[in-house]
Amino acid sequence: MPIDHLNPPTGAMADNVIGFARALRKAGLPIGPGAAIDALAALQLIEIGKRADVYATLEAIFVKRHEHALIFHQAFDLFFRAEEDWKQMLDSVPLPDDARRKPPPASRRVQEAMAQPLKGEEREAPQEQEIKLSVSDREVLQKKDFAQMSAAEIAEVTRAIATMRLPQAELRTRRTRPDRQGVRLDLRRTLRASLRTGGDIVDIRRLGLIDKPAPIVALLDISGSMSEYTRLFLHFLHAITDARKRVSVFLFGTRLTNVTRALRARDPDEALASCTASVEDWAGGTRISASLHNFNKLWGRRVLGQGAIVLLISDGLEREADSQLAFEMDRLHRSCRKLIWLNPLLRFDGFEPKAQGIKMMLPHVDEFRPVHNLTSIDGLIKALSAPTSGHHGPLIRPAA
Amino acid sequence: MTAPSALPTSVDGMLDLLTKRDYFAERSLATVAYLSLRMGRPLFLEGEAGVGKTEIAKVLSAALGRKLIRLQCYEGLDVSSAVYEWNSAAQMIAIRLAEAAGDSDRDQLASDIFADRYLIKRPLLQALEPDVNGAPVLLIDELDRADEAFEAYLLEILSDFQVTIPELGTVKAPSPPIVIITSNRTREIHDALKRRCLYHWVDYPAADRELTIVKSRVPGISAKLSQQVVSFVQKLRDQDFYKSPGVAETIDWATALTELDARSLTPQVVGDTLGALLKYQDDIQRMQGDVLAKTIKEATDG
Repeated sequence: MPIDHLNPPTGAMADNVIGFARALRKAGLPIGPGAAIDALAALQLIEIGKRADVYATLEAIFVKRHEHALIFHQAFDLFFRAEEDWKQMLDSVPLPDDARRKPPPASRRVQEAMAQPLKGEEREAPQEQEIKLSVSDREVLQKKDFAQMSAAEIAEVTRAIATMRLPQAELRTRRTRPDRQGVRLDLRRTLRASLRTGGDIVDIRRLGLIDKPAPIVALLDISGSMSEYTRLFLHFLHAITDARKRVSVFLFGTRLTNVTRALRARDPDEALASCTASVEDWAGGTRISASLHNFNKLWGRRVLGQGAIVLLISDGLEREADSQLAFEMDRLHRSCRKLIWLNPLLRFDGFEPKAQGIKMMLPHVDEFRPVHNLTSIDGLIKALSAPTSGHHGPLIRPAA
Repeated sequence: MTAPSALPTSVDGMLDLLTKRDYFAERSLATVAYLSLRMGRPLFLEGEAGVGKTEIAKVLSAALGRKLIRLQCYEGLDVSSAVYEWNSAAQMIAIRLAEAAGDSDRDQLASDIFADRYLIKRPLLQALEPDVNGAPVLLIDELDRADEAFEAYLLEILSDFQVTIPELGTVKAPSPPIVIITSNRTREIHDALKRRCLYHWVDYPAADRELTIVKSRVPGISAKLSQQVVSFVQKLRDQDFYKSPGVAETIDWATALTELDARSLTPQVVGDTLGALLKYQDDIQRMQGDVLAKTIKEATDG
């Protein structure tokens, strides 16, 4: 092969490609250091004179996700038309979510720490005392409504939530691993072991099936009527989101936003901040039906495929409640293993599903649970750890 | 299988190669396919179902005269069904025979029964083997169906083109296979894997290209019907369906219509055959009555 990776070409073309890679990185595309060298190697193989070929070549190397194709397209047009324009125009390129400057990790906490009252300042003092909660206070806190908590209590609850862990092992997969109690015979290991005794099988090795946590998909309503709860729920979702567990989180108000990647940040403050930054309709109106439609169409088949449990966190107060809402709920219900609706309105004794939207949605859920205090979140975790098999197939059944 | 032919030396050469086998690719797809051959990098194709991702691997293997090795991914795919497995039954017999013959040299026995002839080679290992016609085309189909653990395993194979078998040692490909990975995006593939590949999003073809495809794949279809078929399908893709029809569906439908001796699109014949295009009951229900009549009218007028 004529490509020399150690000595890539230099000169104007190299400068251009490296500059272009840098510009793309600035526009938010995740481009590693090797990509520019790859790009130069690839450009040597094609006719540089053909703009379309150069475009396809650079795209194949710099773009690794379909969502980035548009940014690449605009950047390519700008960069290879006039390089001077590029710097000015960069601001008008719609940046992807992760491109926006994130605050350095834990900066909010640092700021808060710096803003601690100096000696002699009294205003903050009572709050500091409140934080030290006694055991009986904790019990009260367990049942207290999130919406009625003081800032200090919310801080305490946030800490409690951060320690919550979802239990593992719920879905049986078809993969196997060595297991003494397993049901299948592991012939390969048995044979290997038998060689030690000259071919006599003394020890029979077995294989067991691997259990895996079921994927969880959370759809969180962030409209104005839910505003007192969203932050805490986000903390909860952050606590259970972990690269190893399969959790996807979507926020919706008037439109749907996938914040799974934002929530993967280790630090909760950083995760929540980048979550907030990626959402444009925070605490606005609600369009449950339209949001569910978008979810079903764009994401349903991608995140619900492997027998996912869906947590729909919403008060169900939809203005445009019509048959479309029931249709989308039905589709969602049929695409997942289990649909759990968490509704903070259930905290009211004698709650009745009178709102039109709630009436439309209720027939399509497997469980309807309150979620307004720590006790109910504990209850939810227990419900999620219950065996989930045999409830629903993950497949869509044809409509009757 | 045809005689092995040389790799194309330009993008145009690649386009010719594909067109000769009735694969009418966009120039951008031909460019990345050409680059992937020349740079020895896996080609990662993403796109909706039925746009011809798998087909290009078949066409490439036929056009280049290379063997096609296909690994269909599914949830639970593991090393023993993707890479290799020992033929334990045969090994067992070999041990018994050795016993009967009075052989008692354990080391000899071990090296005898973990020999190449007791190894069952699965697609990934087959793809690393030398071939007289040149390295084979390895198609890793619908990778999004396999689970993450398998994806991580692929990383090693795709960067070094070698497999380590504990009992036998490392098997390394003399020349790396031509790798084509496809995904329908039912879940995201990890960036680490994509970084090792050339990535390309395969889109639905434009009307004129789709017309060429239909004419070449459905011999005997009239010019008028093929025009209407493509126009109708392109209109369907503009609509908000749960699953838009792919090129494969267009070909199916055109074939179905010619089998029924249809001369042009009528509400009756379209209604009867809509299942060849739309695969969800909800989508089919939306295409009834007035909507259907209107879309047919638009497609036949154009």
